[in-house]
Amino acid sequence: MIADNPWVDGLARMGIIAVAIPLAVIVLTYVERKVLGRLQMRLGPMRVGPYGTLQSVADTIKLLTKEDLRPQTADRWTFELAPFVVVMPVFLAFVTLPFTADLFVRNLELGLFFIVAVSGVSIVGFVMAGWGSDNKYALLGGARAAAQLISYEIPLVMAVLAVAMFGQSLNLVELVEGQGRVPFVVWQPLAFLIFLVAGLAELYRQPFDIPVAESEVVGGPLVEYSGIRWSMFQMAEVANMVLISVLASLLFLGGWNWPLGEEVGAGLQVVLIFVKTSMFILVFMWLRGTLPRLRIDQMMAFCWQVLLPFAFLQIIINGWVLVYGWPDWVLGVLSGMAALAAGYLTYRMAWRAAEPVLPRLHRVGSVP
Amino acid sequence: MATEYRVPHEKELETIDVNVNVGPQHPATHGVFRMILTVDGEQVVDLYPVIGYMHRGAEKLSENCDYRQAIGYQDRTEYLGQFNAEFCYVQAVEKLAGIQPPERAEYIRVILTELNRIASHQMFVGAFGTDIGLFGTSFMYSFRDREVIQDLFEAVTGERMMYAYFRPGGVAWDVPEDFRERCREVVAVVRRGIDDIDGLMTENDVIIARCRGLSPVTPEDAINWGLTGPMLRATGLKHDLRRAEPYSIYDRFEFDIPTGTQGDVYDRYLVRVGEMRQSLRIAEQALEQMPEGPIMAEGLKRTLRVPEGEVYVRNETPRGEYGIYLVSKGGDKPYRLKIRSPAFCSLSALKAMSVGTYVADTIINLGSFDIVLGEVDR
Repeated sequence: MIADNPWVDGLARMGIIAVAIPLAVIVLTYVERKVLGRLQMRLGPMRVGPYGTLQSVADTIKLLTKEDLRPQTADRWTFELAPFVVVMPVFLAFVTLPFTADLFVRNLELGLFFIVAVSGVSIVGFVMAGWGSDNKYALLGGARAAAQLISYEIPLVMAVLAVAMFGQSLNLVELVEGQGRVPFVVWQPLAFLIFLVAGLAELYRQPFDIPVAESEVVGGPLVEYSGIRWSMFQMAEVANMVLISVLASLLFLGGWNWPLGEEVGAGLQVVLIFVKTSMFILVFMWLRGTLPRLRIDQMMAFCWQVLLPFAFLQIIINGWVLVYGWPDWVLGVLSGMAALAAGYLTYRMAWRAAEPVLPRLHRVGSVP
Repeated sequence: MATEYRVPHEKELETIDVNVNVGPQHPATHGVFRMILTVDGEQVVDLYPVIGYMHRGAEKLSENCDYRQAIGYQDRTEYLGQFNAEFCYVQAVEKLAGIQPPERAEYIRVILTELNRIASHQMFVGAFGTDIGLFGTSFMYSFRDREVIQDLFEAVTGERMMYAYFRPGGVAWDVPEDFRERCREVVAVVRRGIDDIDGLMTENDVIIARCRGLSPVTPEDAINWGLTGPMLRATGLKHDLRRAEPYSIYDRFEFDIPTGTQGDVYDRYLVRVGEMRQSLRIAEQALEQMPEGPIMAEGLKRTLRVPEGEVYVRNETPRGEYGIYLVSKGGDKPYRLKIRSPAFCSLSALKAMSVGTYVADTIINLGSFDIVLGEVDR
C-alpha cells in the first residue's frame, strides 16, 4: 500500500502507470532502433546525447510540437478520436497488470478477463482511423487491421483461457503464484506458442505488419496522422508490446515467482520480471529485423486453419485431463505433441504455398 | 481509361471497385512509376501503368551532342547499370566508325561492366526485400557490398554514379595500379555478401511462401511480351546475349546462364542471385587474362566524325536487352539515337501479370521487374 486511503492509493498507482508507460515507450523506441541497427550492421542513432540516448527524447519533443494536421475531407470526430480509442485500452489493461506480488494498481479477480476485454476495443480505433482519414491507403489498412486483429484475438483468448483453466483462476496474481515450482510453459507449450504468435499478430509487427505495411499501404490507418496523434498510435504499439510481453512472462514463465520463489524481496522480483519481459521484447524486435511480411490471405488462413483449431485442441486436452484428474505430466506431453504437430503443419503450409506450379497462359493475355 | 479492360467478377453484395493510386510517390514504385490499381477489396481487378514522370529526352539530347558528350546521357538513362549502358553506346559508335578498341580496354570494360551488373542486382535484392516487408535488413546487407563495388568505381573513374568512363575506342584513362588487387578483394567480399543474402532471403520461408508461384510466365508469353534478361531466363529460356551473340570479348569466358523453371517472382529473384555469382566468375577470369598495353585506339581525332550509316547494337544489361539504334549522316553528331530499354518493354507485361493477384502481390511483382525509371522514361 502506498497510502491508507484506497482512493489516494489507487490514484497514486495510476499516476505511476501513466508516467511509466510513456517513459517505457521512449526507452523502448531507442532500444528498438539500436537493436535493429545492430541487426542491420549499422549504428542506429548516435548523434543526440552519448550513443544517441537522447534521440527518442528529441523525437518526442519534435512530435509533441509538430502541427497536428487533419485532412480537409476527413471525418472530423472519427479522425480525431481514433488515436484515443487505440491508446486508452492499453492503459486500461495496465491497470490490472501485476508486475510483482505487490506492484499493480488493482488486482482484479477477473484481471485476465478484463485485460482481454479492454484490449479488444483498440480494433475499433484502427477502423475509425482507416475510415475517418478519407484516404484509400488508410481504408485498405483499416480493413486489413479489422480482419487481422479480430481474427487473431480469438486464438489469443483461447490460449489465455487454456492457462486460466489449468491455473484455476482468472486472477493474474493467483495464476503466477501457482507457478512456484514449474512455469506453465512446461504444461502448456501449445498454448504458449499460440499466445506468442497471436500476440505478435495483435501487435501488427513483422511478419504480421500487414495493416501498416510500409511498401503497400504506406502506414495504413496511420498515413494521415502527424504529430501528437501519430505518436499516440506509436505509443499504443510499443505499450502493447510491453503488455503482451509482460502477460506472456506472467502466464507462461512464472512471472516474479519462478525460479526464485515467493520469498525473495520485491527488488529481485522486479529484476526477474524485467528480464523475462525484455526477453520477449527482444525476440519481437529480432523478428522485425529478419522476417518479411506475409500476405493477408496467407495470414488469415494460418489463423483459422492452424492456430484456432489447435487452440481449441489445447482447451479440449486441458478439459479432458482436468476432468479426469490425470497427472500434470500427461498434459505436458499431450500439449507438447500438439505443439509439434502445429509446428509441422505450419511448416507444411509454408511449403505447400511454395509448391511448384505449372506456368500457365495468362488470362489477360487472352482478354481483348 | 482504366475500366475498359475490367475482368468481370461476380458481386454478391453491392460493392464498388476503388481506384488506388500507387505512385508516383510511393515507397514501392522504385522511383516515379505510377500505377492506378482498381481493387476489389484486396484483389486487383485492373492496373493502369502511367509512365513518363522522368522523361528528360535523353535520346533527343544525345542527338545534339558530340559522340563523346552523349556518353553521359547513357549513365543517366540506366542509372543502376551505368557501365552496361555506356558499354552498349560506345560499341555502337565504334561499330559505326570502325574503331577497334585495344585488348586492355576491352578487359577493363568487361570487368567494370560485370561488377556493375552485380551492384545493380544488389540494389534489386535490397529493394525487393523491402517490398516484401523486410525492415531494411536486406537493403543494408546488399548495400554493404554495393558500397565496396562503388568505392572501386570511384577509385577508377572518380565518380560514384555517373561514371562516363568508357569512350569510343577505349576508356578515358588507365585504371589505378592496384586495380587487380582491389578487384580481387571486391570479388571476395561480394562473394561472402551473396552468401549472407542467401541466408537472409533465399531460404526464408516467408519469402518462399510469398513469391513461389506468384504470376508465373510461360516462355511463349515472355517472348510475346518482349521480356528479356532475368525476366526471360526465369521462365527457363537459356537466352543471354553474352552467350547467344557474344559481343566484345565475352566469348573468352566461361560462365553459366542461370535459369528458372516456372517464371514466377521467386525464379526471377533466384536468377538474379545466380547471375551475381556468374558475374563474379567472369570478372575473375577477366582479371586473370587482362593484358598490359594501351587503353585507347590509335589515331582518333579530337572530334569524332562518324561515316554515314546506321547500326543496332544490343547488350545484356542487368535488366535485359539494352539496345542502341544509331543513325549517322556523317558529321560529329548522331542523326538519330534510339534506346531500346529492357525495363520499358518488361513493363508492358505488368498488367497481365498482376490482374487477379492481391495488392501486396502486385507490389512484389513490380519489384521483381527491377525497373529503372530513368531507362523506362528516358
